[in-house]
Amino acid sequence: MGAEATKSPGDDSALDAKIGILLQVGVFSSAAVILLGGVLSLIRQGRDVPNYSAFHGVPDGLNTLSGIAAGAVHGHALAMIQFGILMLIATPVARVIFSVFAFLAERDYLYVAISAIVLAVLCYSLIAH
Amino acid sequence: MNTIEFSLLIAVASLVAGFLGALTGLGGGVVIVPLLAMVFKVDIHYAIGASLVSVIATSSGAAAAYVREGYSNIRVGMFLEIATTVGAIFGAFLATSTPTHAIAVVFGVVLLLSAGASTRKRSEAPAKLPADRLAGWLRLEGSYPVDGGKQSYGVRRVPLGFGLMFGAGTLSGLLGIGSGAVKVLAMDEAMGIPFKVSTTTSNFMIGVTAAASAGIYLSRGYIDPGLDMPVTLGVLAGSLVGARLLVVAKTKVIRIVFAVVIASLGLEMIFNGITGRL
Repeated sequence: MGAEATKSPGDDSALDAKIGILLQVGVFSSAAVILLGGVLSLIRQGRDVPNYSAFHGVPDGLNTLSGIAAGAVHGHALAMIQFGILMLIATPVARVIFSVFAFLAERDYLYVAISAIVLAVLCYSLIAH
Repeated sequence: MNTIEFSLLIAVASLVAGFLGALTGLGGGVVIVPLLAMVFKVDIHYAIGASLVSVIATSSGAAAAYVREGYSNIRVGMFLEIATTVGAIFGAFLATSTPTHAIAVVFGVVLLLSAGASTRKRSEAPAKLPADRLAGWLRLEGSYPVDGGKQSYGVRRVPLGFGLMFGAGTLSGLLGIGSGAVKVLAMDEAMGIPFKVSTTTSNFMIGVTAAASAGIYLSRGYIDPGLDMPVTLGVLAGSLVGARLLVVAKTKVIRIVFAVVIASLGLEMIFNGITGRL
């Protein structure tokens, strides 16, 4: 795909279709993981009495990327839900990463830069912070 | 009440919220926080965390459909996401240092404004105005499908739109909502982008905006898996059904009813916030 000047403004239909599929796959696969973890947690801890009336944060291991991944690998139900939530958060991030490369393929360097700035802001929140 | 009963009740309530949110275009996220905080007595920090996760799910789910239909303007979305993501991080930090009752009051005011905005008359055929220079340099102009053909449009007042988007991001990060109403206002009213393009592009942007505050919410312990599981699955399922019914349902009456519900929840949030019950 070259950056042809004849391209009509705003016509990104091929890009649109790919982004649509990416978002859909992301949402449904994360929902499946959340559901699986949810069913497991209700089977194992469903009789406990929940209490959310005071804020204590979440237990250690459920608030960091590495802790969640480790817990999910070991089959902890709550860590699996949390992993599904991370996949959900990653879905729009993946869309931005995809956009960087898609604009690069179109040699649209202005929008490569814009997408990269958005990606940097997201990385600050998710990783650096 | 044990966890199974609690989760089922929350899932059903979230399903209804997601359904009505999609059907009316007001979004389900905006009622999740008052619902959890006032009906289920959930602390507001857990409530905004759960709401934010559900907002990412519904935004990405709906955006998938809209993007393929060719309404969303990906360049406009991408450019304005610089403002919304920076705003969202600012808002999320603000949430960690703002007292609970103050968050409740701000939330109540936003609910009242959302209810008001939903009755706003939308300009179906925007005046054809030339794009301004900054919009031209950023190549923000686009086109969208109309009756088998394509209608092109220009974009103007980019700095104003950008500033409003920073505000939309801050609200999103502070309250765990999509703040779609402010995003649409920025594009439709300020930047002169057609309403249909504004709403679908707003939806497209909500997921990325919410993801920017999600990292901070996660590390501060706002995202609780046991609570977020029924909320997210319920809102997602409800919004998918609502979006399908959108074509056949007469939404005017439902919009008014839902706007009244949102307004009364807003008043209750303000009252509870001022009297220190939240």
